[in-house]
Amino acid sequence: MTSENQFEPEIIAFSCHYCAYAAADLAGIMRLQYPTNIKLIKLPCSGTVDILHILNAFEQGADGVFVAGCLRGGCHFVEGNNRAERRIERAKDILDKVGLGKDRLEMFFMSSSEGPRFAEVAREMTDRIRKLGPSPIRGV
Amino acid sequence: MAESFRDVLNSGKFVITSEIGPPKGTNLEKTLHHIDLLKDKVDALNVTDNQSSVMRYPSLGGCILIKERGGEAILQMTCRDRNRLALQADILFAYTRGIRNILCLTGDSIPVGDHKEAKGVFDLESVQLIRMVRTMESGTDIGGNELNGAIEFYPGAIVTPEANPIEPQLHKFKKKVAAGAEFFQTQAVYDLGNFRNFMQYARQFNVKILAGIVLLVSARMAKFMNDNVPGIFVPQELIDELAGVEKGKGLQKGVEIAARMIRTIKDESICDGVHIMAIGKEEIVPEILAIAGL
Amino acid sequence: MIVAKQKDLEVIVGMLQGYERILVLGCGTCTAICLTGGDREVGILASSLRLADKVSGKNRLLKEHTVERQCEWEFLDEINDQVKEVDAILSLGCGVGVQAISERFPDIPVLPGLDTLFMGMPQEESVWVERCSGCGNCILDKTAGICPVTRCTKGLLNGPCGGTNNGKCEVDPEKDCAWTLIYQRLEKQGKLELFDEYHPPRNFQAVVRPGRFTIK
Repeated sequence: MTSENQFEPEIIAFSCHYCAYAAADLAGIMRLQYPTNIKLIKLPCSGTVDILHILNAFEQGADGVFVAGCLRGGCHFVEGNNRAERRIERAKDILDKVGLGKDRLEMFFMSSSEGPRFAEVAREMTDRIRKLGPSPIRGV
Repeated sequence: MAESFRDVLNSGKFVITSEIGPPKGTNLEKTLHHIDLLKDKVDALNVTDNQSSVMRYPSLGGCILIKERGGEAILQMTCRDRNRLALQADILFAYTRGIRNILCLTGDSIPVGDHKEAKGVFDLESVQLIRMVRTMESGTDIGGNELNGAIEFYPGAIVTPEANPIEPQLHKFKKKVAAGAEFFQTQAVYDLGNFRNFMQYARQFNVKILAGIVLLVSARMAKFMNDNVPGIFVPQELIDELAGVEKGKGLQKGVEIAARMIRTIKDESICDGVHIMAIGKEEIVPEILAIAGL
Repeated sequence: MIVAKQKDLEVIVGMLQGYERILVLGCGTCTAICLTGGDREVGILASSLRLADKVSGKNRLLKEHTVERQCEWEFLDEINDQVKEVDAILSLGCGVGVQAISERFPDIPVLPGLDTLFMGMPQEESVWVERCSGCGNCILDKTAGICPVTRCTKGLLNGPCGGTNNGKCEVDPEKDCAWTLIYQRLEKQGKLELFDEYHPPRNFQAVVRPGRFTIK
């Protein structure tokens, strides 16, 4: 398969302002290469992500979603990333049950200084979703 | 007519009771064998009532077998599986079949047994059941209706001398005495120091106490009971003693420990007798008694 | 409040088979507070159902609405028009809510999206505990404000059973022994004499099923 006809997934990244969003910025400043499939949505805290946001992203055709919050114990709002993690667990369960599969969703933890980590996560998610193929509801 | 269990207890003799666990099914061979083995060696035999919430041949059926073979039976009756109508009906029936001793129990919780999705009835509980027996003896049912032919029983109950915390148990014990329980069989006791403390409290009441003796067969069983059975406390010395014997000799050591405890309880007149629960090892009860010198 | 939990999504999907236009109806009272039946849960459930539909190539109408309270007809008037557009209502209220809606709109099937559990209160984040059985014969004055009918697994009225285990219940070490709690609180209040009071068997005529109450 050549790179021209390769499936290019659409991946939504709900990113915390205090860490992942800044890390993505840093990755850019460091001129790190990472796939352009990622669409960043800035959140004031990963804890503000709602299951509904995630499900809506899939309803609108996203092939994958990830939520990126601060390192464990390092949440700017103390508990936000832990809450997000629990919601992701529930959302994964729903995705499994509706037939999309839990692997299309993931939670990552990183600090604002981890530009390379953000690039790595972006690559990892893109590879993963590429292997899973397009969302079955794309274009339905 | 043979002496009643009440008379035996009131005679001041050191009393021994044991128990029969009925079969799951209709094959009574083993049960009959255990009854024949024990009926003349003990003063009365309990028959468990769906013990540990596991469905079995009924206590009432087991008691009738004991009567038929000339033994003295103690009907264990729990409130878990029957409402007040069924309990009273069973008591009337038991009386007509010559059963005169009843151990009034609340019953284990349903989820510990083998029908976990069943409804636990608990229309009454132990204290109310004791009162119910007493009410029926006066000639009415607990709905206040006259009985055509009353009953007469020797009602007993249980107590857990090593419960933690102990105070609420002691208050409940007092309530059972006030309700009319005349004898008590205790949960297994292993620490005689604790048991003496309990007896100091219990002695103020005019009731007979039989110490529960549960046969230990290994250090593993002792530890398991400490961790999993509420109200049971096996002291470390006993666990060490069991752990110290060579492989295959655990049961023998357990028999020795049980016999020694019975001996001590009798020699020091700590209480009025013992209730031996061999749980599946009924065969061994005569040996325990022999070693204890009874 | 009434505490209820959502049925498994597979069960709900099965229940909705054969219906093409569905109103997912939330309740803004008890089940909203226990996070299983309010506005937010209606959104999540409807979205989940839409995703499941799309994956299996279906395209059904899934309307979303939440009323203030499902168990009073006055609050149901606002869905009069929406009900005309659907062939089933999936209620995220308690069992009372489901029945109130189906009495109000008897021509349309009303399906339960929740399993109603008990009357209780929140204890800590994401934990609710049962507190009342509605027995019709309250004895909380005698038991230091702790209900043994509800909080003792056997509903004992005259003290703890032998299954009490270091202050916990034999059926679940996560649960407190109600009678140990009652003893401790009565002791603290200097009212231990209440512990020794005899409670007769429960009067099951206090509430005769089905319960009905008329205020005078």
